[in-house]
Amino acid sequence: MSEEVKNDIKLPTGKRLVLSSSPHISTSESVRKIMLKVLLAMVPVCAAGVWFFGLRALWVIVFTTACCVGAEALWCAMTKKPVLATIRDCSAAVTGVLLALNLPAGVPFYVPLIGAFLAIWLGKQIFGGLGHNPFNPALVARVGLLIAIPAAMTSWTPPRGMDQNYPELKEFRASVDATTCATPLGVAGQRPKLTDRTTAARINFSKLASGRLLLRFFWGVRGGCIGETCVPALLLGGLILFAFNLINWRVPLCFAGTVALFTGIVNICWPGVTPPPLFHLLTGGLLLGAIFMATDMVTCPITGSGCVVFAIGCGIITSVIRIWGNYPEGVSFSILFMNALVPLIDRWCTDRPFGYVRKRKSEVRK
Amino acid sequence: MTFEGGIHPADSGKVLTDNRPTLTPPVLERYQVLLCENVGKPPKPVVNVGDQVGKYQLIAAADGFVSANLHSPTSGKVVKIGDVPGPMGIPAPAIEIEADGEDASAETFPGLAGWRDADPKELVKRLADCGLVGMGGASFPTHVKLSPPPDKKVDTLILNGAECEPFLTADHRLMLERPRDVITGAEIMARILGVDDVNIGIEINKRDAIESLETLAEGTKVKIIPLMVRYPQGSEKHLIQAIAGREVPSGGLPADAGCVVQNVATAAACTDAVLRGLPLVERIVTVTGEIVCRPGNWKLKIGTPLLEALRLAGGVTEEPGKIIFGGPMMGFAQRSLEVPISKNTSGILLLTREEALRHRSTSCIRCGRCVQGCPMHLASCLLATAIENGRWDLALQNHVMDCIECGSCAYVCPAHRPLVQLMRSAKMELRKKR
Repeated sequence: MSEEVKNDIKLPTGKRLVLSSSPHISTSESVRKIMLKVLLAMVPVCAAGVWFFGLRALWVIVFTTACCVGAEALWCAMTKKPVLATIRDCSAAVTGVLLALNLPAGVPFYVPLIGAFLAIWLGKQIFGGLGHNPFNPALVARVGLLIAIPAAMTSWTPPRGMDQNYPELKEFRASVDATTCATPLGVAGQRPKLTDRTTAARINFSKLASGRLLLRFFWGVRGGCIGETCVPALLLGGLILFAFNLINWRVPLCFAGTVALFTGIVNICWPGVTPPPLFHLLTGGLLLGAIFMATDMVTCPITGSGCVVFAIGCGIITSVIRIWGNYPEGVSFSILFMNALVPLIDRWCTDRPFGYVRKRKSEVRK
Repeated sequence: MTFEGGIHPADSGKVLTDNRPTLTPPVLERYQVLLCENVGKPPKPVVNVGDQVGKYQLIAAADGFVSANLHSPTSGKVVKIGDVPGPMGIPAPAIEIEADGEDASAETFPGLAGWRDADPKELVKRLADCGLVGMGGASFPTHVKLSPPPDKKVDTLILNGAECEPFLTADHRLMLERPRDVITGAEIMARILGVDDVNIGIEINKRDAIESLETLAEGTKVKIIPLMVRYPQGSEKHLIQAIAGREVPSGGLPADAGCVVQNVATAAACTDAVLRGLPLVERIVTVTGEIVCRPGNWKLKIGTPLLEALRLAGGVTEEPGKIIFGGPMMGFAQRSLEVPISKNTSGILLLTREEALRHRSTSCIRCGRCVQGCPMHLASCLLATAIENGRWDLALQNHVMDCIECGSCAYVCPAHRPLVQLMRSAKMELRKKR
């Protein structure tokens, strides 16, 4: 490149000027940076999982993530897509960690392996890769595994601190063997039908929802998946996501709020059918789902109003499954179901464009 | 005060030039005054090759109502009337003047010291005579803007001092250096429109300009309105929403919301025209960029070639990858160094080759940042997908025609999709089909 030099001033030659239409600058944010921030937000949850369920949980997280990245690389190699460029966006790693957080700590090695292929291949790549998947890949894998190998997916490792200080739940653990434990929701799920109004058939939920027990649930001392038990870690992760503008706050708030409202109404109107709302909020995968799964950018609506509709739908379906369904937990199903409705929600819940306000007489002063 | 949506371009780049006082460069050898610089019909040349012209002499007369007069930026000889490289990438007709270096003024118009009592029609005629056009970007003839159709009741005048484009500081310097002319210009325009509600909207990052204007505005009907720093605060529609609290209806003009918006530089030019009788032949231009040796503001004559402006700025430290007329968000990339500046060139921005070729676009991850950032509240990413798939019907149904092409969507997109570019192409396509 030769530069014209005149009077010691270097002037441009005007050669090789890039011509493109505006804007000529853009944000330094990238998909990779977004995914790395999501991974960062999951660190507290992973740490809590490892603290409560031991090093085995760490192994599951690392192994699942590796499997997901491997599955993505394999797919790209097979379909002749750029392998490194695809892995570099870190979306497979995010899916991997999310899937691991949805697995019990004691799962046999083949569960994450199958799960990774379900998530990356069936959940994401067959639709065209990142950005084109209608369903949350990690949830596709979780639900697939839950239906295919339910036993492995519901053998819960007892968390640290459970045996010494958990007399309330021991009562419910009579039929469960020593190395596993029941989840609070699983226990509450052994409930009568709504129509069965005899007092004897009703579970005394007051024991399940005593203040002391709820406090322990809050800290995470309960059976469950690696990432779903510790509420403070989940909230911290949610705050990180929110601070980085990675999630729409309406989703977790409306999701949890709807569940609280719905179960609250049922709890008051039909006593003995379901535990109080606080129990529902603190148990199962509700917060993990509401904060990390339902908020997934690719599979949730793009407008604020759409997010509200989406989250309320998730909340209602979760509550219905928890109260009347055959599964004790309904978070994954509800999110997947609402994922399917997102294109419709996007179409209906659009913002009012600027300049489409109805003319009011007060608009023109004088 | 502000509007909903919009973005915060991370590094606004204004620090490069916002403390550089405007300098007046010596007269150059040659100026190429573009004929087709304003929206509407280009004016017709009234001089011939070989004619001697004086500074401020009329060289091209307005052709019809929506057209503006053109005056010679300096004294000298008309050497050519023909095509030169234009700012839109295609050759454009221009009048080339060889300066004699005297910069001798031809006869100008008499100053209208009594403008406060003057007939508004006379004032409008003066602005038309002096060839005033909007200096913010669109170059709409000022006299047309100040003559709203009689069925529209205009009760508010807004001067745009937002200067929300990153890097540009020309309007900022103007407000600091000629605050009295800005206020007087506002009063003249208010007199023409017969309105009492006169506002100057300025983003609060120009605190010094707000203060100096506020002091001078005391005792007049001009109000200084500090605005939040947010792009595109300087968009006509959003300025009206922020200041008057009204929305310009879709497809409408500011007059439909009872407002007229003018740039602060236009207001200062207005004062020149009315008080001093001077036609518009020069403007403040920000020459800037990290690779410019001495970035700053210059009072350049219309028709100054791009290369000469760069020479004033001390040249460059490395070969630029992109040269832009205007700001980085809505400016136009130039292909030739010979392109002359015109009445609406607010800045010349140089970017490095790395900056120009930084990003590759990938798939949409539906993060919704474009939707949050769209000042028109459009579902940008869905629109872009519809356009990519050739679904013009969907694009139209989702209000693509309301896009103001501010580029906020493309700026914030982490996948670096060419969102606004797709909107532009769709708008062009749909206009063709109509």
